[in-house]
Amino acid sequence: MLKDITFGQYFPGDSLLHRLDPRTKLILTLIFIVTLFTARHVLSYGILLAYLVFAVILSGIRPGVIFRGLKPIVVVVIITGILNLFYTPGIPLWSFWIFSITAEGIRAAVFMVLRILMLITGTLLLTYTTSPILLTDAMERLMKPLKVLRVPVHELAMMMSIALRFIPTLLDETDKIMSAQKARGADFESGGLMQRARALLPLLVPLFVSAFRRADELAVAMECRCYHGGEGRTRLRVLRFALRDYLAMIFGIALGAGVTVLGVFGM
Amino acid sequence: MDEMIRLQGVKYAYPTAEGVALPALDGITLDIHRGSFVAVLGHNGSGKSTLAKHLNGILIPTEGKVLVSGMDTADEDRLLDIRRTVGMVFQNPDNQIVANVVEEDVAFALENLGVPSEEIRRRVDEALKLVGMYEFRTHAPHLLSGGQKQRVAIAGVIAMRPDCIVLDEPTAMLDPRGRDEVLETVGRLNREYGVTVVLITHHMEEAAEAGRVVVMSDGRVLMDGSPRQVFQRVEELRKAGLSVPETVELLWELKECGMNLPLDALTVEECAQAIYALLH
Repeated sequence: MLKDITFGQYFPGDSLLHRLDPRTKLILTLIFIVTLFTARHVLSYGILLAYLVFAVILSGIRPGVIFRGLKPIVVVVIITGILNLFYTPGIPLWSFWIFSITAEGIRAAVFMVLRILMLITGTLLLTYTTSPILLTDAMERLMKPLKVLRVPVHELAMMMSIALRFIPTLLDETDKIMSAQKARGADFESGGLMQRARALLPLLVPLFVSAFRRADELAVAMECRCYHGGEGRTRLRVLRFALRDYLAMIFGIALGAGVTVLGVFGM
Repeated sequence: MDEMIRLQGVKYAYPTAEGVALPALDGITLDIHRGSFVAVLGHNGSGKSTLAKHLNGILIPTEGKVLVSGMDTADEDRLLDIRRTVGMVFQNPDNQIVANVVEEDVAFALENLGVPSEEIRRRVDEALKLVGMYEFRTHAPHLLSGGQKQRVAIAGVIAMRPDCIVLDEPTAMLDPRGRDEVLETVGRLNREYGVTVVLITHHMEEAAEAGRVVVMSDGRVLMDGSPRQVFQRVEELRKAGLSVPETVELLWELKECGMNLPLDALTVEECAQAIYALLH
């Protein structure tokens, strides 16, 4: 049951989006997100939505998969929508008691909902088409200049890739501990919030103990394989920008700049 | 330089909270010859894992010396050289796999050593083919079986092209099939590639495959010899908390009953032959 977590999952494939350099994808996603926040007008949203749909089609990821990824945030989206609907000042179209709906409210609600959905879809697309290891690689490369400021870039990337590596292992372990506790009469499914939280404690303690033991063993194993930090390290896979990366980057930057300019002119 | 590893009067005590140390190794002198296959036997707490950790400088002896190809493991400057000479495989495959793609994991040691990318690619492919895991190179390690994971771990070590591999109970967490896969791989490395193998185990059947068996008890070397020599000493082995291979066990029981049988039959065939010869 713990294995159905789809958020942040990678779907192997061979589409153009899959083959783009992870750095390109990371930068394009960031540009897309920033642009999304400058959009003010139907036209800007329309352009960005078309861009996103185009990317989804290119990725070859089925829309159903994306909808499934959006499911966990439905509640957040609905609440944001309602709040915007009722709390935007303007000319009331319809009122009831202390609530009133304004034309501006409807507009703001629709845009906000659209913005959140597009933002999540954009990031989902990034993780769906990029393997976690390439993604951490890309982050390490892009953050390299921060080394000058003594940011431990390599260490952060290593921590992240090890965390990713151990997620399935620890999920497996959680399942096992849960089964073992259930077999001895533990109850994780009934009771109020507090009671359930308390039921998790006997689950978390052995999980943490085992995680520390694993960390200890892994550290020794890494030392045995000559790990001594990021200095002088080479990589099996070398990231190289191809022509398609330059083209995609030009396209993405142009589109982002265009939409931002539209936003500045209030469109 | 004919000795792969030399241990000279090695003593080691784990530091404890009270500062009073318990000796885990109590004066071990042992030479491991280049190209040999040595099994180290001992029950839990005999010090065999502590011994393993001394062979590539994870632990430094409190007294005595460990020399790997002539390099003292206490010499910090030679640590990387020592670790690329003596590779180490541990019991739990899950806790020694670093990356979430098989080939990335095999490449880990080479990346640390700063080997150029094309050379890494070549050596990774070679190592994966050697352990028979080449078809799985792009798989996620957590989806593999225990035996396959352990073979990936072995590939990660042999990609460094070490002269010696130390395996610390590599089959303890595996099913019988996984155990066979791992032992077959290790045996082949030794026979065909001349890699020195030190296999730490408490399985008698695994030790029987080795050219030399070292039995440990209470941090000391109790016996040292060929499997045939060692396994004849049934009573001493039992006193050290170890059993003997089933074949030897059977012959020993029969001998105790007054039958005139040799004890040096390690395989089922030899054992059957011995009994057959007696009956005729």
